[in-house]
This record gives sequence, structure tokens and C-alpha cells, in this order.
Amino acid sequence: MPDVQFHFTEEQRQFRDVLRRFMAAASPASEVRRLMDSEPGFDRAVWRRMADELGLTGLMIPERYGGSGFGLVELGLAMEEMGRALLCAPYLASAVLAANALCRTGSEAQKRRWLPGIASGETLAALAYAEPGGEPGMESIAMRAVAADGRHSLAGRKDYVVDGCNADLLLVAARTDGRRGLAGLSLFAVAGDAPGVRRRRLQVLDPTRPLARIDFEDVPAELLGGLGEAGPALAETLDIGAIALANEMAGGAQRLLEDTLEYIKLRVQFGRAVASFQAIKHRCAELLLQVELMKSAAYHAAQLADANPDEFAYEASLAKAAASEAYLQAAVEAIQLHGGIGFTWDQDTQLWYKRAKSSEVLLGDPAWHRERMIACLEGRESTSPPAEAVA
Amino acid sequence: MSASAEAAVRDEVRAWLNDHWDPNAGLVEWRTQLVDSGWGAPDWPTDWHGRGLSAALTRVVEREFARCGAVGVATGGIRLLAAATLLEHGSAAQKAQFLRRILTGEDVWCQLFSEPGSGSDLAGALTRAAFDGQRWTVNGQKVWTTSAHHAHWGLLLARTDWDAPKHQGLSYFVIDMRQPGVEVRPLKQMNGHASFNQVFFNDAEVKAEHLVGQLGQGWKVAMTTLAHERRRADGLRSGRADVEAPPRQGTIYAEEAQESATALAPYKWYPQRAGRVDLALPRAVASGRIRDPAVRQELARLLIVSSTAEWTARRARAAQRHGQTQGPEGSLGKLAASHVARLAARVHTMIAGVDALLAGEDGPENGLIAEILLSVPAVSIAGGTDEIQRNIIAERVLGLPKEPRFDQGPFRDVATNRGPH
Repeated sequence: MPDVQFHFTEEQRQFRDVLRRFMAAASPASEVRRLMDSEPGFDRAVWRRMADELGLTGLMIPERYGGSGFGLVELGLAMEEMGRALLCAPYLASAVLAANALCRTGSEAQKRRWLPGIASGETLAALAYAEPGGEPGMESIAMRAVAADGRHSLAGRKDYVVDGCNADLLLVAARTDGRRGLAGLSLFAVAGDAPGVRRRRLQVLDPTRPLARIDFEDVPAELLGGLGEAGPALAETLDIGAIALANEMAGGAQRLLEDTLEYIKLRVQFGRAVASFQAIKHRCAELLLQVELMKSAAYHAAQLADANPDEFAYEASLAKAAASEAYLQAAVEAIQLHGGIGFTWDQDTQLWYKRAKSSEVLLGDPAWHRERMIACLEGRESTSPPAEAVA
Repeated sequence: MSASAEAAVRDEVRAWLNDHWDPNAGLVEWRTQLVDSGWGAPDWPTDWHGRGLSAALTRVVEREFARCGAVGVATGGIRLLAAATLLEHGSAAQKAQFLRRILTGEDVWCQLFSEPGSGSDLAGALTRAAFDGQRWTVNGQKVWTTSAHHAHWGLLLARTDWDAPKHQGLSYFVIDMRQPGVEVRPLKQMNGHASFNQVFFNDAEVKAEHLVGQLGQGWKVAMTTLAHERRRADGLRSGRADVEAPPRQGTIYAEEAQESATALAPYKWYPQRAGRVDLALPRAVASGRIRDPAVRQELARLLIVSSTAEWTARRARAAQRHGQTQGPEGSLGKLAASHVARLAARVHTMIAGVDALLAGEDGPENGLIAEILLSVPAVSIAGGTDEIQRNIIAERVLGLPKEPRFDQGPFRDVATNRGPH
């Protein structure tokens, strides 16, 4: 097995401290509320500072393309702190999904052309893969790209595109032949405002994470890398996205737990703190356990993906499934333990609850990821024993 | 620890082993040499069979023992908890009488804390010890006592003052288990095994000089024993772990193997009570049940909780190793183990299907699956119930208010399972 670390280095812990201070100042709940009702749904000045002061937008992009070349462990830390503060920003869309898809599919010239802009935060990019019905994974993609005059032309609809409305650059997954599954998938680059691209911001359950429906009407597109060869790279990109999201979810769950503990220690009923009731204490202890288990899954997946970049699908799915259930449990418990006020619009718990729900479903719901875990084990079974699973 | 100190200890123990280690020596004879030389318990004080070495240097010694395959002092059962307690609280006479034979393995020890009326609430012990000016007379009952049936000595927590508050009325004794007033009966568990005993005291005697620590300080002494028990449960790695040992040829190994077989016999079902997660995937594949979507979902859930519990424990150990502040991860393992065991039992049931009805030779895996299903309820009870664990986590980790108490004031007035005293 690769050498997986179970702790953060001193530098990584300092990085976390810096981010936590930044996010606390840049994304208090009042800002979250202001931005989630606004266009474009995030603060460009904060985005600028995330890029210039903290180098976050290029965190995972190699240095030769203007990034800082860190791995998923650092990205996970950043996502965790963003999740804690419920930051409204197109980070998952641009710096995680689009950046990794481009890194893994684009030709050298294409990477040189687009990655520096993403790394500097100037270019907002989004990965458009899901289609109406929104099946997780890349296997069910049906959109066709037609070749004409050495270029390709896209027609059809992409749905549930994270931060798709704000994107300057759309990376669109489509097929040029009749193959199914991961085979035959290609990735294309299209300018967000290209003629024939119609974008609509969808009404969403979680307003802190905007989604777009994008219709393409014979839009000229540039093929990224080789024709029909993007499938494995895109699957890997989604796994990286799942690990990043799991870390973001860990931060959100931890925040819910802390805020809830603070509230129930102050809140008095029947002449005693609500926190003194054993029925409440036991729920909190159980919740702490679930939150720590989800963190372990998220951290482990990030560490493993850095140590063993060739095979981390099982761990990615494990982390996303664990995080989905634990974050939702944290949100459900947080509202329950707040009592009536937890159900009000003005109390902030509802904001995290909505993020927990949207994150549960985004990039594959927990049942889908559990099924995929077993499929991965069956795949490994045929080559080598699943040492990690039976240890 | 300097490299030179390490090298000096390594050279010294290596030379000593070179001169003395004999795989065909008698087990007690060899351990007597270990005790006399101080190499058997190098972290013990120099006055008492040790060399006063640090934990790090002790690991150096252990590695040298492992390297030449030398047998160490006896460690089975609760003997090292007894030793640690006596080293901290025992009189010089007690240390002189007991410590040597603990290390040589000549005496077996048992721990007499839990009672039928006080499981989670250990300090509520009702077993009484009364002093007549010359000796203590003990009456009452203990339970869940491992090895009581072949023990020579017991660590006894008994009430000596009924007017003092609960925790201040207890005293700690060493009791001779081989006397007419002590009756040991096996306690058969729901899984059919009898790993523990009930111990009845009927005017059993304890010598005056076998009171450990001060009168009325028994709870404090018992906490020492329990702290060592927890530390052992946390599984501190010994220096032997990653050393390749030479082949075990010699008569002493047979003697040692017999000793450890006797010590481990009561625990044969322990892997099953943890749920045997390792069997789930292979059995699901072999039986074809892996094709059932419901089985796949539950199996994945099981793998998630067992893997994340293991990674959480490793995070706790890594933080400790790097001198980082201990997070909450370290307190959660016990509670996580209960989740793992219950979920494992559910998955094993799904995989077995109707064969889950069968046990023994008729049952799947020659009865092993039935043993899992009938053993997992122990995990969430033994060594601190889930409810006690949640209290501890809520109060010590999350800083929530403590439970209200109804057991203060003279113990005489506290409600117990035996009514008023």
C-alpha cells in the first residue's frame, strides 16, 4: 500500500489557520445571505483576494501553468475551511472540476492557453457534463458533437452545471460516435458567451451553490486532447471533485456541531441548560463520532489520492458516501437541537442545512457511491485482493 | 533519548542475552534470571526487578529480546495491572511478596471489581470488608471475573465504611483466592461460552497487611488499575512488533505456548464479538449474495464505518506521535466499535440468508457466523457501555454539563439494587 499520512504537517496546519481567519472575516453568515440572493452570487473582491493573497484558485494547477502545484491534501484543507464558512464562490466549479479536467485532457498548448487564467482567478471555468435526469458519473452522457471543417459543433442540453452561468469557459463532455460508457467520451471547450449558448440560472434548493441549465444550438467547440479519449480523465476529475466536496462537507458539519453546542449550552428550559439533558448529550456524542468518522474518510481519500494517483476511486466514493450521510445528520440534528428557532429563516442553521442537502446529491448521492465502492472492490478482486477493505 | 544511550543499552542487553539465553531452560527458571537481572521489566524501578529505563529504551531491550527469540516475563491475564497498582500503591512488604511471582508467571491474578449490583457504577460496590482488629472478613459477590477459577490472588474492591460518601468508603485489598470462604462459579454467556466467573465471598479472610493503600482510598487505587487497563486496551506497540524473530526451537517455547493457550482460551470468541468484518466481502462473493443490491448497500456501509473507525484511531495515534494536542478522535473508538459490530452482524445475517437460523456444525462457516450474531451484543456493554461512553464524550470532550447526582451523602442512604442497608 502507498504511504498514507494520518496527520497534517505543521505547514498544512498553519495554512488551515490562515484560511480559517480569512474565511471568518470574508464570509460571515450575513455575507452568505447577501450573496446568495445576488448576481453573480459571489463577491468578486473576495475572489480576487483568494487568488492574489492566498493563491487558492491555482492551488492544484501545476506551477508551469501559473498555479502552485499542491495536491489534494491542501485542496481538501481549503475546501474544508470554505465549507465551514459556507463561502459563496465558484471554487468547486472552476479551481477544482474545470482545472482538473483541463489538466488531464488538454494538449500542452491548450493548457498553456487556459490554465494560467484559471489559476489567477481571471477566468471562471465550469465543467458541463450532467444532462437532464442528472445521472451521476460520465457513463450516461448522450450529447453528440458533430465534426465539421476540422472543428466540432455541439447541440443539446447540459443540466445541473455548477456555477455555469458565471463561467467564461465551459468544458463540455460529449460523444462523437456510438460508443457507450466511458469509452468514446470527448471534452470540448466553449466560451461561456459564445453564440448559440443559452444559459439559465436554475431555481435551487441551496442558493449558496448556483446551478445552470445550458442549451447548445450548433455551437462551434474546440476539442481538448484526443478524440474520444477523455473518459478516464473525466471520471478521475469527478473523483477528485468528490474528495474535495467531502472535505468541504466535513468543514460544514464541524461548524454545525460547534454552533449547536454553543447554543444548547446557553439555552435554558425547565430551569436547566438544554445541554444538561442526557437525551441531548447522547445525540451530541453520537454526532461528534459521525463527524470525526467523515473527516477521517475525507482526509484519507485526499492523502491516498496524492500518494497513489493511479487508483483512488474506491476511497473517493467511500469519502463522498460517508460525508453525505454525516453532513446531513449534522444538519438535521442541528435544527432539531435548536428547536423551533432552528426552523426559522433568520436562524443561520438553515443555510448549512441546505448546503448539506445539495452536497448530499451533487456528484453522486450516497447510495450511488456505495454501489460504486462494491463495484470497485469487484474490479480489484479480479486483479488483487482488496487489502484495505478486509484489513 | 540520545543515540549513545540507546547503543549502550543495546550492547549491554545483547551481551547479557548472549551469555544467558537458553531456549531449553525451564520457563520459571529462565524468568527468575530475568527478574534477578532487571532485563525482564526494564521500565520497572531498580529496587523492584527493573532498571528504571524510559519507554524508548525499554523498546530497545524488547527488540533485542525479539531478535534472538528470547522469552520474556509473564504478561498474561491482569498480572501487569496488579503489578502496576502494587508498584504505585503497595507497601514494601506487598511488593516483596507479590511482584517477583507476577513476573515469573508462578501466580495468576484476577480483578474483583464488578458486582451484580454495580456494573457501570463500579464505585457502588456492596461487597463488604469488616476488620476485627486482626484480619478482614469479606462477604458479598463479584462478577465478570476472568481467570478467577485458577487465580492465586485477587485485586478486591470492597466497602469498609457505610457512613462515608460512596467513593470514600471503599478500600482495596489483595485477597487469597484459594481459601474456603471464596467460591468461584463459571458464568455462562448467551453465546454458550463461559469466559468469566462469579465469585462469592462467605466470611473470606484478608490479612491486615494486604490492604493496598490507605483505608478508604480504594477508589483512588482502583483508578490506577483501570488507567493501566485502558492504556493496555489502547494497544501501545511494543518494540517486538516489527522484528523478525528466529525460529522457535527449544523446550521453553512449548511451556510458554501452553501458558498463553490457557490465558487466551476464554477469549476465543473475541474476534467474533467485534463482528468479523474481514469475512463479509469474501462470503458475499463466494455465496453470490454480492449480486443483491440491498446486500451491496449494507456491505458498503459496513466497510465505510469499519474503515473510518480504523483511520480515526490512526489519526489519534499520529497526533500523539507528533506531539500534537489530542483531538476528540481518541475517545471515540469504543463507540465506533459498537457501530461496526452491530452493522457487521446485520450484514452477516443478510449474506447468510436463511442459514442464519443455523449454528454449530450445521451453521455457515462451521458455526462462526452464529457465534458472531450471538457475541456482538457484548461489544456495546463490556469495558464501559455505549451510554457511559456517550456521557464521557459529551462531558469531557464536548464540555456539556455533568449528569445530576443522586449518590452523594452517606452511602448508607444511597439507593442500591439491594435496598436499604
